[in-house]
Amino acid sequence: MSNTGKAEKRVRGTSGRRERNGLTYLILIVFMLIYLIPILWMVVCSFKPDAELFIYPPKLFPSAFSMENYLDAWNRGDFGLYFKNTTIVAVSATVLTVVINTMAGYAFAKYKFKGSTAIFLFFLATMMLPLEVLMIPIFQVIRVFRLYNNFWGLIIPSAATPAGVFLVRQYFLTIPNELMESARIDGASERKIFLRLMLPLAKPVMSVLAIFAFLWRWNDYMWPLVVIRDTQKYTVQLALANFSGQYAVDWGSLLAMSVLTMIPVLVIFVIFQKQFMKGMVAGAVKG
Amino acid sequence: MKKQKNSITSTEMKIFPYLLILPNLLIFAIFIAVPAVFGVAYSLTDWGGIGEMSFIGFANYLKLFKDTRFWISIRQTFLYAFIALPLIVAIPLLLATLLVKNIRFRGMFRSIFYWPSMISYIVVGLLFQFIFGDSTGVINYLLTRIGMQEVSWFTDGFNAMAVVILASVWSRSGFYMVTFISGLTSIDDTYYEAADVDGASSFHKFWSITLPLLKPTMFLVMILGFIDLFKQYGLVLTLTNGGPAGATKFAVQYIYEEAFQRFDLGYASALSMVLLVILAALTLIQFKLNKGGAVDE
Repeated sequence: MSNTGKAEKRVRGTSGRRERNGLTYLILIVFMLIYLIPILWMVVCSFKPDAELFIYPPKLFPSAFSMENYLDAWNRGDFGLYFKNTTIVAVSATVLTVVINTMAGYAFAKYKFKGSTAIFLFFLATMMLPLEVLMIPIFQVIRVFRLYNNFWGLIIPSAATPAGVFLVRQYFLTIPNELMESARIDGASERKIFLRLMLPLAKPVMSVLAIFAFLWRWNDYMWPLVVIRDTQKYTVQLALANFSGQYAVDWGSLLAMSVLTMIPVLVIFVIFQKQFMKGMVAGAVKG
Repeated sequence: MKKQKNSITSTEMKIFPYLLILPNLLIFAIFIAVPAVFGVAYSLTDWGGIGEMSFIGFANYLKLFKDTRFWISIRQTFLYAFIALPLIVAIPLLLATLLVKNIRFRGMFRSIFYWPSMISYIVVGLLFQFIFGDSTGVINYLLTRIGMQEVSWFTDGFNAMAVVILASVWSRSGFYMVTFISGLTSIDDTYYEAADVDGASSFHKFWSITLPLLKPTMFLVMILGFIDLFKQYGLVLTLTNGGPAGATKFAVQYIYEEAFQRFDLGYASALSMVLLVILAALTLIQFKLNKGGAVDE
């Protein structure tokens, strides 16, 4: 694709094409500003001391970058605790998601078994039954299993994701069956084929899934809302939502907390950017 | 194709796939299928969360027909979803079409547009409340600077809805852009080369090659986008909290409040069923309109 594009450019390097690219850049830059400026404004404001946050007319930059809001949020607001809670939940759920979704995705891609189509359709259909429409009975099931107000109640139910199973299945479909056939002829067991032969091949899709799973759990709000009651067990999103609902909104701390919650996601995005965008473009899964 | 005759292998081959799907299947069964059935059952009771529940037939359903506030929330959800959905399709499609071209900084643009979709709804809501805030937000300051009137964004229903839609589109566009990029790159170049030979304009190419071949992706984005919008709650919670006067109170928030703030769980279950039926019906209609099956993503 890139080759033909380049060739085309050389052949028809007319002014008309250049003009059109000018328009392309104009549109892209306008959108870039729309996407970036709100985030940058939030980051800058999070460093403003309370006195400067709402002065009129607003200043672009704080007179001195102050860490006051961050220290407040971390110490007084118990934000360190919420950060720890969310990390525990998101990391455990991610590990569990990758393990069980890879297993299921592999089974759907590589085996024909009784009911496989029906079960796969059932998995996909669960996408249509989001937590939001089932929160009351789910709340009850959570209580029956003694998962209410318990991190496991956040980790286990959300670990099975239809999108994850689908992503892994699509990936394994591209791996030729002949590999398995020849291993079978060599007398390898199915378990061994999966663990020793197929899993190592699935590393790329597993890392994409891991990034997604972490992102989903880190940003999740509905599950914690239904499952968690104690303030001591709040996740960052739950804490943010709760603080924002109070009468005297402490915008300084709130902005600092918001910025802090974006950091883990940003770090992961920057590290895995290439893989991530490629996986996204290839698999296009729901987020 | 010769099957392995070894009986141990074939028994293992029969059981192994079931073992692989078991954990997922159990979780889906316990936390989705069972609740779906229980949800129907609860909707026929007067359950209050704790204590006894008694069967009251279809009383909840009769009650909800007269519940104006519920129908207003449904109407507002429709309004929101039907205005935001075209934007959530059009803007990502525009960006994706520009970003499959061979241009400089392509990767950078893609990353920047994707970045907002990695921010949680809670934070997006806070962010937009902060910049649109009635007297303190920077948007109103900028408006006065260019000689316009300040706008009361959150005390006027129409304006509040506009901000909620803007925030939703801002937060979801990057994700669907990537979906469209994936769809666009899978279109075979030879179509365009043939059109070039015929001297087709780029608009013509987009209209008669790109759009028809992009139909499966379009369908995917519309279905996912619609469900996403229709169950919106997190974003409005921190942005408007449903206000002013319920203008941005959508169905999920209304159900949540009936269930967990007024503890009328039986009634809220009935409301959930209505939401579920609407969601299913609209998805089905989209399937029919797009002649279903065409989705190969």
